[in-house]
Amino acid sequence: MARVHQGHRTISFPKGEPPEMPDRFRGLPQIDPVKCKEGCRDCADACPTNAITIEDKVKLDLGRCIFCTECVDACPEGAIAYTQDYRLATRTREDLVLRGEGLKLASVLDTRLRKLFGRSLKLRVVSAGDCNACGADVNVLGTIGWDLGRFGIQYVASPRHADGLLITGPVTVNMRHALEKTYEAVPAPKIVIAVGACAISGGMFATHEEQCGGAGAVVPVDLFIPGCPPHPLTILDGLLRLIGRLETGDRIPSKR
Amino acid sequence: MSSGEMRNGRAILLKNVPQLDPASFRTRIINSVVNQRARIAAMFATPVLEAMEMFAVLANDATGKISLVRTELTGDSFNSIVQEVPQAHLFEREIAEQYGLRPEQHPWFKPVRFHHSYRPGHDAWDRSQDVPIQPAVTDFYQVSGEEVHEVAVGPVHAGVIEPGHFRFQCHGEHVFHLEIALGYQHRGIEKALPGGPHLRTMYQMETVAGDTTIGHALAYCQTLEALSGTAVSARAQAIRGIALELERLANHTGDLGALAGDVAYLPTASFCGRLRGDFLNMTAAICGSRFGRGLVRPGGVGFDLLPEHVEDLRRRLTAALVEVKEAVELLWETPTVLERFENTGRVSMEDAERIGLVGPAARACGLARDVRHDYPTGIFRFVHVPVMTAHYGDVNSRAFVRWLEIQQSVQFILHQLGTLPQTNISNQQQALRPDSVAVSLVEGWRGEICHVAITDEAARFRRYKITDPSFHNWFGLALALRDGQISDFPLCNKSFNLSYCGHDL
Repeated sequence: MARVHQGHRTISFPKGEPPEMPDRFRGLPQIDPVKCKEGCRDCADACPTNAITIEDKVKLDLGRCIFCTECVDACPEGAIAYTQDYRLATRTREDLVLRGEGLKLASVLDTRLRKLFGRSLKLRVVSAGDCNACGADVNVLGTIGWDLGRFGIQYVASPRHADGLLITGPVTVNMRHALEKTYEAVPAPKIVIAVGACAISGGMFATHEEQCGGAGAVVPVDLFIPGCPPHPLTILDGLLRLIGRLETGDRIPSKR
Repeated sequence: MSSGEMRNGRAILLKNVPQLDPASFRTRIINSVVNQRARIAAMFATPVLEAMEMFAVLANDATGKISLVRTELTGDSFNSIVQEVPQAHLFEREIAEQYGLRPEQHPWFKPVRFHHSYRPGHDAWDRSQDVPIQPAVTDFYQVSGEEVHEVAVGPVHAGVIEPGHFRFQCHGEHVFHLEIALGYQHRGIEKALPGGPHLRTMYQMETVAGDTTIGHALAYCQTLEALSGTAVSARAQAIRGIALELERLANHTGDLGALAGDVAYLPTASFCGRLRGDFLNMTAAICGSRFGRGLVRPGGVGFDLLPEHVEDLRRRLTAALVEVKEAVELLWETPTVLERFENTGRVSMEDAERIGLVGPAARACGLARDVRHDYPTGIFRFVHVPVMTAHYGDVNSRAFVRWLEIQQSVQFILHQLGTLPQTNISNQQQALRPDSVAVSLVEGWRGEICHVAITDEAARFRRYKITDPSFHNWFGLALALRDGQISDFPLCNKSFNLSYCGHDL
């Protein structure tokens, strides 16, 4: 009877609509540099992870952003606001830097890799100094609500069974060697996915000598999924874009 | 008052913490623990001028009093108390690793996290500051004999979990001994805190252990509020309580599902895996983050509950409890599950007390200790949550305590939603006081979280000590495996579900 009561709970996304995000969800931040006052650097000074820099205009690095509200609260002009947009993943580190021109979302793997991984992608998850939040929301994709298996994506127990690594955490000095060995154990061709601000840039630990500054400092990264931690839907969106299961909307335009 | 006595969530002037000579310091701790049944909530060292100072935070569950004592060390060693007070074992190793103070006569003297000393030139193992330290490269306890073998697991595990290294001494399936070597998740959080609070400190506290964001954020904010004399409004206290219990609900539910998964009982594993997400989404409805990022802030909370949130939460929580009840009760009705849960991974009440277990792991052994009950702060001073215990200290007891606590947490939240005080949610945090010390205990879902802050003459942190419940409990897991079967390790591990990053900091 429990089976009947509990019912079928797998989300219909991507065929159907994505699940609704809570009202207070902080998705892609939008910057409107036109509003910025000359010489103002209140947002940059308030940012706990140095995600915001001011050159001639304001620049926000999603790879460092932990999606807190310090910059929004600090800005006297209301030039920064969070949207509800959960789509955040990119293929290059540079694409994560927002300059008020929108976000170029992750593109699909090249033809050869897509042929290999498009319908069957086995990933070895390596936690390398993460706080367990990214790990938890990576793991949740395997539950019945998300059912990652229906896309042919699976987390496997050995790097030798894997097509790539999914890395969380800033890569601690104490995990560096284990991560390198795990990477070597994955047969080529292989891909690497960095999930969360720590794995992309070291996040809020970037200044600590006990860590390496993210996965990219140790292995080449093919997909960056920002957040602290990213919502499961953000992670799923990134994975599906990479294997070519979501091809709509490859750029989120700036709302100006 | 120069007795060093205080209540949870309060601060006292540092000069009121008694300064004992090293021998009296030692006697005082042994006496408190052995004769007065106090526990060591934290023990740590910090530099003072040219010397080192050692502090102990002794918590007495029966009286709700917290006593602070300290001693000054001029040399690079002190006499260990571990023979008399086993629960000090990891604290003494940590002190040795961080500041090069060697505990003489320590029976199990090894590094904790595998990093260099914070005082260059003072290393408890005489290692050079220039040679890298490899994690888990140390002497492991070994059993020898024909057919005795060693099994090494990790740091990278088969599941999606954090890294740690486990060494089993086995004879066939039989485990004589398990030794756990951690430190892979060491991010240097404590080392970065002196001179703070910094811009990123609040955020680092939320990630001490990501699944305990609310617990550690609350412990940190209570510390700042104590040091600054900032009052927290009644409504903010209620919202903090709701968030803390939602965190407990998500983790307890998820763990019961994972325990079911580890004994290949898939219905409960599937149902609870989803229901855990429902609780996380309730937290996200309050603050936008499934883990409660941004919710607890010094002086109150960052987000208010609007009337529609209250209604929505009440509806979702009531529905979730019905479904969790159905999913979890399947466990107690299924003989194959009980056969695996019962009598597996037992820790006796005596051992639990001697090694200082906390949280559900301690309550499963029959120890009625719960910070919400013994050292209440905030909302828990007004609303009492019954302490749930079991008696056998096995996997089944640890699972059953979680289920009892799930029911209590739901009732607590429903009650709070119905009686939310109509006040503001945040007060401006006042300036920290100089030369003071504050202690803050919070009952996180794994057990007692202890934060201790000491300020200097400029009111900056001179020392900030974090003790995650996992720090007390990892040794409990090692004991649970003794004389068990190696194939029961995943099940035992999940029944504790300890934090690697919370331990490694």
